[in-house]
Amino acid sequence: MRFATSWRPVSLLAATLACILALGACSSGSLGSSDEGGGTTLTFLVDNSEGSTKPAQGLAEAFHAKNPDITVQVQQRPGGAEGDNIVKTRLSTGEMTDVFLYNSGSLFQALNPQKNLVPLTGESWANQVEDIFKPTVSVGSELYGAPITSSFGGGILYNKKVYEKLGLQVPTTWAEFMANNAKIKAAGIDPVIQSYQDTWTSQLLVLADYHNIAATDPGWAQKYTAGQVKYAQDPAVKGFQRLEEVHKAGYENKDYRSIKFEKGISLLAAGKGAHYPMLGVVVGNLATSDPEHINDVGFFGQPGDDAAKAGATIWMPAGLYIPKSTEGAQLEAAKKFVAFVASPEGCEVQTKAFPPSGPYMVKGCELPAEVPAAVKDMVAYVKAGKITPALEFSSPVKGPALEQITVEVGSGLRSAADGAALYDKDVKKQAQQLGLKGWS
Amino acid sequence: MSTEVKPRQTVGPAVTAPAPPPAVRRKSPYPYWFCLPAAVIFFVFFVVPTFSSFFFSLTRWDLTTWEFIGLDNYVNFFQESALLTSLKNTLIYAVVTCGLKVVLGMLLALLLTSQIIARGFLRSVVFFPVLVSTIGVGLTFQVLMDPSGLINDGLALVGINGPAWLVDPKTALLSVALVDVWKGVGLATVIFIAGIVSIPREYFEAAAVDGASAFQRFRRIILPLSRPATTTVIILALIGGLRSFDLIWAMTRGGPGFTSDVIASVIYKQYQAGFYGLSTAGNVVLFILVTAIVFPLFRYFARQEVDL
Repeated sequence: MRFATSWRPVSLLAATLACILALGACSSGSLGSSDEGGGTTLTFLVDNSEGSTKPAQGLAEAFHAKNPDITVQVQQRPGGAEGDNIVKTRLSTGEMTDVFLYNSGSLFQALNPQKNLVPLTGESWANQVEDIFKPTVSVGSELYGAPITSSFGGGILYNKKVYEKLGLQVPTTWAEFMANNAKIKAAGIDPVIQSYQDTWTSQLLVLADYHNIAATDPGWAQKYTAGQVKYAQDPAVKGFQRLEEVHKAGYENKDYRSIKFEKGISLLAAGKGAHYPMLGVVVGNLATSDPEHINDVGFFGQPGDDAAKAGATIWMPAGLYIPKSTEGAQLEAAKKFVAFVASPEGCEVQTKAFPPSGPYMVKGCELPAEVPAAVKDMVAYVKAGKITPALEFSSPVKGPALEQITVEVGSGLRSAADGAALYDKDVKKQAQQLGLKGWS
Repeated sequence: MSTEVKPRQTVGPAVTAPAPPPAVRRKSPYPYWFCLPAAVIFFVFFVVPTFSSFFFSLTRWDLTTWEFIGLDNYVNFFQESALLTSLKNTLIYAVVTCGLKVVLGMLLALLLTSQIIARGFLRSVVFFPVLVSTIGVGLTFQVLMDPSGLINDGLALVGINGPAWLVDPKTALLSVALVDVWKGVGLATVIFIAGIVSIPREYFEAAAVDGASAFQRFRRIILPLSRPATTTVIILALIGGLRSFDLIWAMTRGGPGFTSDVIASVIYKQYQAGFYGLSTAGNVVLFILVTAIVFPLFRYFARQEVDL
């Protein structure tokens, strides 16, 4: 019994000590290691795709070489909806890294930037950012992010060798595209590759159709944000209908339900499939997976009804942001790092680390002379001015269930009209969460 | 350490008090503040989250700020088109896994309580899948169940054209349910073994004297007398099936499309999308649903046991 009583103060002491130690650990963590050894360490969160980690790692090393007293530590997170969840939760709880990479456009808007992010409007590099990019990382008149990585097209990647062999022309209307598909199928090649095991890849025929929507109705995005036009109506419903048409015609590869993206892109590179509705950013992956076939893969914008208005939908680069939880010396260092990334020097470092898939959004940045064929095709659209930024960069409204809906429409489980109507419902929840007018 | 102190206090009054007054209910020898640590933990980690989740289910919430919107979240949740499918899927999944676990678990338990060789070894083999991580099992079977994967290759050897398992909307949910049964049947078996072993030998001896067949022994002795075990298995399997999420998420993510969505995966997707208020409302609905199904069932079985 004496044993028992004598333990009490000891354990109390131990508990108190543990608490103090824990508190100590906390505060030194959030202040960073700036006091020790004279150096500052910046933590930098990026998604785990090659297109993000490689440039990020390259930038971190180059920045450290230039500023030996600042070390940038790259951390990885999953992409997709899981990654969105991590970023939102860490921001809300004040546990975000010192700087982080995240999508621009609608996903950026969902971060509640006014509350969570440090405004960067007054920074020296802000004037160097291309005007087309600025609205995608701004709320009101405040700019919150710098462009990191390059822009890229979204549309149809195609195998140039197959086109050559069959004597086909790059289509400028959807009818021509379907006619090409018929010839390709007759030649025993899968006309359109789909890879629904990675559900995000199923959305492209809908998302890349946005250039055609905007070409028909230039004010569509504003009306959409205000809740006045819907996906179930013309012209937006066409994207869903096109997805349905491809399935009804039986143009996709036999194993479209069970393969993943990596398999899809290698089928395209090998010429076993002719078209792959995809984001141009994946060309960088080809450089590592199929370097000998990289120039067999070309790009064209998703064709619409009017050949005169044919063009491509373009995706803006991701943004580099500083959360409000970064303070003091860390904030100084973070701003310095962001300035480095948003400079022509930063672009060069990124180009060395990972092949760019389109123009950079910083003025004075040049693409190297030698770029893969698909990027060349993409740049041609940009130079001709035949591009429209994807809907997610003109409107904060993007529903989270689109990829499941497009899988259903693309597998014939749901009709195009039904899928579009369901997506409109999904979008309504997002608009309400954002507190937009016209959606109650 | 406080447990060491207790005996002194209980022993003390019990020995010294001559005759406690019978009419007055004796005060507990333990001070009430002994309950405090447990009460604080219970309050902070159980009562507060439960009631705050009831509250936040009535708001539009982004983890830091909220706006009171009344029952809108519930209206939205019930209008969710995926809800009906997911509700149906949840029930199918729960009933199929629960039923198969009970039947297979009972058969395996009968086998493993009879005199067979390597009984101890076989018992552990049956139990092993329970010990493996669910996500690991899910990802492994995802590879095995690929339309051109090992399982279909094996079926092709014996001339069967295997189904597309997880990527076919017709079979996706049932395929996951089968894996769930494979993983969970070990636990059911162990519970049944315990139930069967605890039946007194006298019954079997008496039955042998009366010349009962093996089936009669099963029907008249094992089945009724292992009822407590059956109840436990049914309740555990049903609750597990109703709130199942990890295996489904690892194997199909509710796909293809929405065809294998269950309530828990619908809620999870809403949480991922940042609809915190809406997903909290979904959790409240799931809580009520599980309670509404399991509680009466539990009462029913409990009454049956008393009658026995």
